[in-house]
Amino acid sequence: MAVFDYAPAPESRDLANLKPSYRPFINGEFVDGSGEPLKTINPATEEVLAEVGTASLSDVDTAVKAARRAYEKVWGPMPGAERAKYLFRIARLIQERSRELAVLESLDNGKPIKESRDSDLPIAAAHFFYHAGWADKLDYAGFGPDPKPLGVAGQIIPWNFPLLMLAWKIAPALATGNTVVLKPAETTPLTALVFAEICQQAGLPPGVVNILPGAGDVGQLLVRHLDIDKIAFTGSTEVGKLIQREVAGTSKRLTLELGGKAANIVFDDAPLDQAVEGVVNGIFFNQGHVCCAGSRLLVQESIVDEVMDKLRYRVSTMRIGDPLDKNTDIGAINSATQLTKIRELVEAGEAEGAHRWTSSCPVPERGFFFAPTVFSDVHQSMRIAREEIFGPVLSVLTFRTPSEAVTKANNTPYGLSAGIWSEKGSRILSVANKLRAGVVWANTFNRFDPAAPFGGYQESGFGREGGRIGLEGYLSV
Amino acid sequence: MSERVTVAKTYKLYIGGAFPRSESGRVYPVQDNKGKFVANAAHASRKDVRDAVSAARKAFPGWSGATAYNRGQVLYRVAEMLEGRRDQFVAEVTAAEGGRRGASIVDAAIDRWVWYAGWTDKIASVLGAANPVAGPYFSFTVPEPTGVVGVLAPQQSSLLGLVSVLAPVLATGCTAVVVSSEERPLPAITLSEVLATSDLPAGVANILTGRAAELGPWLASHGDVNALDPIGAEDRGALAREAAGTVKRVLAVPAEEPDWTARPDISRLRRYLEAKTVWHPMGD
Repeated sequence: MAVFDYAPAPESRDLANLKPSYRPFINGEFVDGSGEPLKTINPATEEVLAEVGTASLSDVDTAVKAARRAYEKVWGPMPGAERAKYLFRIARLIQERSRELAVLESLDNGKPIKESRDSDLPIAAAHFFYHAGWADKLDYAGFGPDPKPLGVAGQIIPWNFPLLMLAWKIAPALATGNTVVLKPAETTPLTALVFAEICQQAGLPPGVVNILPGAGDVGQLLVRHLDIDKIAFTGSTEVGKLIQREVAGTSKRLTLELGGKAANIVFDDAPLDQAVEGVVNGIFFNQGHVCCAGSRLLVQESIVDEVMDKLRYRVSTMRIGDPLDKNTDIGAINSATQLTKIRELVEAGEAEGAHRWTSSCPVPERGFFFAPTVFSDVHQSMRIAREEIFGPVLSVLTFRTPSEAVTKANNTPYGLSAGIWSEKGSRILSVANKLRAGVVWANTFNRFDPAAPFGGYQESGFGREGGRIGLEGYLSV
Repeated sequence: MSERVTVAKTYKLYIGGAFPRSESGRVYPVQDNKGKFVANAAHASRKDVRDAVSAARKAFPGWSGATAYNRGQVLYRVAEMLEGRRDQFVAEVTAAEGGRRGASIVDAAIDRWVWYAGWTDKIASVLGAANPVAGPYFSFTVPEPTGVVGVLAPQQSSLLGLVSVLAPVLATGCTAVVVSSEERPLPAITLSEVLATSDLPAGVANILTGRAAELGPWLASHGDVNALDPIGAEDRGALAREAAGTVKRVLAVPAEEPDWTARPDISRLRRYLEAKTVWHPMGD
């Protein structure tokens, strides 16, 4: 039988309109930041993509003042129907420039182009479109008549879905009448700064959106700033706790979307091929850089051998490499730091006695890559079963009864997401009811929609993003 | 003929459905609003807090898993028992708080309890949703109870304030560990006797008497407490910092005790509910 080899199908990097340098966006203008400039690299090649100006204390002050002024003079008093039209414009502009943004996102983040193209960009645009419609309907959101915005929101987002997380933060904030100062992640600032350009193209009044690139120190300045009314953070539980501690005792409002260690439970009556696809999507989507990744696979003991065979075969067919190649399933790990963390936890898994299987797929020599890895014989006490790896590494545990599955699934301080695979409706509903997690995917995984609230229980954070409930985090209710 | 000597009551803690003394053996004197000695109240310790949290955690699956209708009936039963002890509450509230409003305060507290009892089987339809997602999926969002809630009860309003902060916790399906008003603890203890005789499962509500300043930090830092209402505490900033260690939900509360007679809204219910979104594909 003839074997057809893959031919590379790379998307052109020229589409990204990459510029040699990018600057902070304050009060409607790109300005020279007075912080130490950073160089953002392509994690797939380790080459420098661009130099990016960062914010200092005085830039943060200027941005917050601009946001305050815009809130008081323009955006706050503006009728919701008018705010809505700006958000609709932004949604359309994202759609129009989505190819450019998708390529830029894959260059800066390392994620496969098929994901940035088919997932990050369409959902980001959808978030603006969805929230645009809320701006003049807040009276109907269930918080009483005429709910008021909070004021100036400081928003700190991670590097795993740079533009999408920006959309999750900015769209609801603006729809409810707040203005924002947003800090993109240190390693992925580029699409946020193109978004700033989109704000200009949309004619958004100056100061409504301010984008300040920088590292954790800029985030800390936002968290500590006295004239910010609300902090929204997505990132690690470790940093989330520090932020909660900083904000404690002040009048600042806070929402946190933190880490996870989701259980993906496969029952013996599950449609196995479909389940394996879902398991693969659950852990290898976005290189596993997903807070809600299904990183703990719980398989009913009677089918564990069959599932493992199918799983290893399926994973062995995945292609790792150039994020811009449309064939690529797994792109680059976002940074050397993250790669080190993944390696360290994988070593711990081996040292603690779990059985490691790693796909023998070819891995590029340059860039930060980690071949998809599945651990079996994992016990609950192991670090790879307890700690968030945030990489393409799956830990497989077994269970015998539904109640054991629920107990193991809930045996974590986290509580962001979970998965259930079964053909039995009553079991799905009963298990979904008992799982302590903010999102439960049954016979699917990693589905996101602006109309569906997302967020965690316990140490996965508090507050929701998306849906009617998501508005609450930006309203004085 | 000499006047009859009344039978004085020993006031104790309410933990896991039982009425133990503080394991520390400590008590403190409680005075009425004129400074007259009324009783010794148990002075709860850190160990009592831990026992109470453990009882509340144990009770959580049963209470949160009960049908909303059942929870509503149990809470309504509490109101019935409150009504039956109305005179006792009026006397205790008047002794603790002074003034002539004892009867109206107790009436308001009973009515408040009934109001929250009626919410148990309605809040999910008010806060939940079927999500119109862009794909072949059925996606719905339901509110679920946060877990174990630590409540530092109001210091001034010994019954109406207490009821206003405790009833919403129980109505959502959460379980509670309450530290009562330090100087006015007796209505709280009487309330615990009402709870114990109202079909409320053991451990769903636990009431400690003692000092919020001493017990608050243990509640705030406890790894098995999911949310904290610091309204009866003084140093709320410090408690909130402690609570950050386990990402607790900490209620934003006004600096001064609010007017508890004001009509409540559902904001306290919202604070103790987590939204859970469930997805399932649709297809043939």
